Amino acid sequence: MNTNTRKGPARVVFDKVTKRYGTNVTAVDQVSLDFAAGKLVTLLGPSGCGKTTTLRMIAGLEMATSGRILIGDDDVTKLPATARDVSMVFQSYALFPHMTVMENVSYGLKMSGFAKDVIVPKANEVLKQLGLDKLAERYPNELSGGQQQRVAVARAIVLEPRVLLFDEPLSNLDAKLRRYVRQEIRDLQQALGLTVVYVTHDQEEALAVSDTIVVMNNAVIAQTGTPRELHDLPKTRFVADFIGEANVLPCEVVSDGSKGQPAMVKLGGLTLQTNTCEGSASQRHVAVRPNRVSLHAAGSPNTLEATIQKATYVGEQMEYIVLSPLGELFVTSSDTDNPIAAGSTVALGFGVGDVVLLQD
Amino acid sequence: MQTSRLDRQAAGIALCVVLGIAVLPWYAIQDGFWSTGWLLSGYPLAADSAPALFLWLQGRNLWLLPVGVLAVAALLVGLRGFPQRIQAWLLTLLGIAGIGYMLTQGFVFGLRGWNVAWLAELFGATEQRQFGMGYGAMVAGAGFLFLLTRGLALRGLVGGDSFVAGSLGLVIALTLLFIGLPVLQMLALPFHDKELGWSLAPFFDRLGDPKIWRAACFYSATTCGVAWNSLMLAITVGVLSTLLGLAFALVLTRTGVRFRSAFKSLSLLPIITPPFVIGLSIILLFGLSGNVTQFVAVQFGLEPTRWVYGFTGVLIAQLLSFTPIAFLVLIGVVEAISPSLEEAAQTLRANRWQTFKTVTWPLMRPGLANAFLLGFIESMADFGNPLVLGGNFNVLSTEIFFAVVGSQNDQSQAAVLAIILLLYTIGAFYLQQRWLGRRSYTSVSGKGDGGMHPPLPRRIAWPITVVTAFWGLFTVVVYLMIVYGSFVQLWGLDHTLTFKHYVHAFSIAYGEFGLRWEGSAWNSFWTTIQIASISAPLTAAVGLITAWLLTRQEFKGKRAFEFGTMLSFAIPGTVIGVSYIIAFNVPPIELTGTAAILVICFVFRNMPVGVRSGIASLSQIDKSLDEASLTLGANSWTTFRRITLPLIRPAILSALVYSFVRSMTAVSAVIFLVSARHDMATSYIIGRVENNEYGVAIAYSTVLIVVMLIAIGIFQWLVGQRKLGRRGAQHEPSMIAGGA
Repeated sequence: MNTNTRKGPARVVFDKVTKRYGTNVTAVDQVSLDFAAGKLVTLLGPSGCGKTTTLRMIAGLEMATSGRILIGDDDVTKLPATARDVSMVFQSYALFPHMTVMENVSYGLKMSGFAKDVIVPKANEVLKQLGLDKLAERYPNELSGGQQQRVAVARAIVLEPRVLLFDEPLSNLDAKLRRYVRQEIRDLQQALGLTVVYVTHDQEEALAVSDTIVVMNNAVIAQTGTPRELHDLPKTRFVADFIGEANVLPCEVVSDGSKGQPAMVKLGGLTLQTNTCEGSASQRHVAVRPNRVSLHAAGSPNTLEATIQKATYVGEQMEYIVLSPLGELFVTSSDTDNPIAAGSTVALGFGVGDVVLLQD
Repeated sequence: MQTSRLDRQAAGIALCVVLGIAVLPWYAIQDGFWSTGWLLSGYPLAADSAPALFLWLQGRNLWLLPVGVLAVAALLVGLRGFPQRIQAWLLTLLGIAGIGYMLTQGFVFGLRGWNVAWLAELFGATEQRQFGMGYGAMVAGAGFLFLLTRGLALRGLVGGDSFVAGSLGLVIALTLLFIGLPVLQMLALPFHDKELGWSLAPFFDRLGDPKIWRAACFYSATTCGVAWNSLMLAITVGVLSTLLGLAFALVLTRTGVRFRSAFKSLSLLPIITPPFVIGLSIILLFGLSGNVTQFVAVQFGLEPTRWVYGFTGVLIAQLLSFTPIAFLVLIGVVEAISPSLEEAAQTLRANRWQTFKTVTWPLMRPGLANAFLLGFIESMADFGNPLVLGGNFNVLSTEIFFAVVGSQNDQSQAAVLAIILLLYTIGAFYLQQRWLGRRSYTSVSGKGDGGMHPPLPRRIAWPITVVTAFWGLFTVVVYLMIVYGSFVQLWGLDHTLTFKHYVHAFSIAYGEFGLRWEGSAWNSFWTTIQIASISAPLTAAVGLITAWLLTRQEFKGKRAFEFGTMLSFAIPGTVIGVSYIIAFNVPPIELTGTAAILVICFVFRNMPVGVRSGIASLSQIDKSLDEASLTLGANSWTTFRRITLPLIRPAILSALVYSFVRSMTAVSAVIFLVSARHDMATSYIIGRVENNEYGVAIAYSTVLIVVMLIAIGIFQWLVGQRKLGRRGAQHEPSMIAGGA
């Protein structure tokens, strides 16, 4: 029976946490994180990168093999899920099929030992907040997917947890609904000021809802930052490729910007200014977003000659596969009224900030 | 002139009917069709082996002539090939007329001439006799059936497909003939009295007999009526076996215990155990001169008693036998609970005990009810254990046996008891299918159901680990006693080890003409193997065709058809045995004393095995394979043969092995159907037990167990590691449930 005083949203700290299964499977490798209270942090990455394991370690469903986990100021590394003040919304919702919506939502309060006259009004309030008050006596199999998800969320937030966890909450919803629901989750988080840790593999979703994104790959953190930082200034090829589309091209570093002067790279025959990115090698890579490559008429100054291989109209933009001295490039253009035909020669131009220097 | 085309199918079928009339002997042959002696002695003119045609040519059995006329008419219709609608009508009519006439004349004219009084008055008494139908009649009857189904198919039934219509017709006809007919005849028996004719009175007289319904044992020392005994035993066994099975399932999945493969092989035991082996072993342990009884008597100075004979002993034996079945059902249930539900409960501040009580247990409830009903039905149908250990405690299955076999020889009494037994089992079966079959508390979910089950709360984990360890050990000891007991000279008196019993049963000698099977058991052993081997492929065939019809075809009344085919699970063997000797002892279908009746009994009792196995396998094969084959020009028969059959080979093999094994351990029906020439192993063993020759009985049982293990071993080796289904365990209970 857990009747701890409500302490409000908490900060989450991981201190060199490792999770190993058996002797040869390392799911999470010496990961250190620091999430501020009241922020929505997304763990993003491909399947098998360790994000779900990390989430489950915050919940207490997995125990760390080494390292420390702190919620607020409390060391919860050894505490089981029952004793932590953390709630989770599961990917499959995990609604109890033999209980009504009301009973589902009241479950946590009942297990915590509250009396009925406290449970009922609290549960009703949360149901109302999420628009579920008319569905209180229904069973989960009588609800639509979106409604089930809201019940799962209600069940979790009624306990006023210090940290609220979401495990790929939109994966079971159809595409049109996803945009709507992700905004609802974000609005709820901001209204209640909760600390939310959110796991997804969909980068667009992550960019839309997060205060901070942690990109994970192969059991380690690849990069942490705000959505704009990660999209506009990826540090590695992996992150550049994972968030949005990117053309990753080899280049020669003239200067990496670490000594005060602006960073310059040689790309094809052009010399371009890029962002500062420290590194030792002289042969590195740059990332160019498809919509940042400007298409000019052939023969323009400061450009690279290229040929359009394929031109595809996809409604909102034109997609071009372009063959250039740097290799094959994927370029998009929002100018759908003047498409460039396949086979034509064009000139590719790169402005300041269009080209991002990567660490590797 | 309207266009006409040769209707090859109809013509071919009609030709078969003609074959049945003109070539094959119409009546059953005394020594059996397959002992071909009759071919040489007087065929085709001799009266007892003549085809119908030759009988007519001799001016005999002229009442069969209409059959010949119909056959010729069918042949003409087939050759002429009328336009579809007319053809359909003609074939349907011919089929109905043929079957109808054959059945009617079979029932109406029998061993003593006319069976029905007013026909005798109409046509005058006659000296002529009619015996049971033979292969000629069978082929002719089948032919008319297929003409009928072809006619119905041409009229548009089942999408116009003759093969499907034919299979459906065949399965329905066989089920009606070999399950429906005997059971109905048996059910009708108590309503007929020699003096009163047909009336309700004799039935209600017998039904109200206090010997059946006396509830005295609840409040005094006298015994209860048989119906109460069976009910109490079945309920107790159901509850306890379910709890024990649940304990085993939980220990296996939720604690750290490592003996997975040992547990899985535990579930194999009831399949390969001959019926009274456990009862015998219990006698060896706890009987008057049993090991444990003597030990306790010596240690504590108590008198050894017969405490184990009666309710207690039967209860222990049935628990040992049926707990593995409950385990198999429940392990599927326990593993099906989505782990994320229990994890969700944990994140909602529930500790282990609260999680178990509020989430795990309610989700298992339908599965528990399912296991209870299975145990209930098994206990009701069980015959071997109450026979051996019952003492003064009578249950319905043994009472039915004694009503027929003992000095009473009262078939009506047996029928009344069988009706009560059927009400219990079919009632429970109906509940299981309708009420529980639909309800499954699977979690409401989409993807993402990974996660681990939390360990059990301590206050549950400890007791059930202890209980399961004890029960597991007990089971092992019981089975070891069987092996040990087979080597003991004379139990209770002389415990020297000896091969005497094996020698007595299974000795082989070299005589002047080669091998001589000297042992007393060889006769029944070979008969059992032979009959089991014949019935296994037939069972598999009927079962798989039925499964194919159920999964791949749509037709009206499919639900009823499915329920009907599964019904034989719920009919106890005793009931089938009694109904077979009532129905098939006299013409038109006279089968008692033959091997055929044993084969037929096994085929229809074990058919659900093939059906379940086939359904499981077929539901994993995408329908689009069939559809691709059909759009590429093959008809449904070719599709079945070249696409479906090869893909369900594991199911075929599994049906073969399980029906073979079940035939070897069947006793409750077999005991009524054996004869001097066809003695089965299980009835031979009962005979030895009744003569107190326990050593031979146990030795024989051990040999049977070994044979069945070999059969299953060969099967596993043939199929290899390939699982029969995604959840192998879930399909097995349906194969072993249904009584011995």
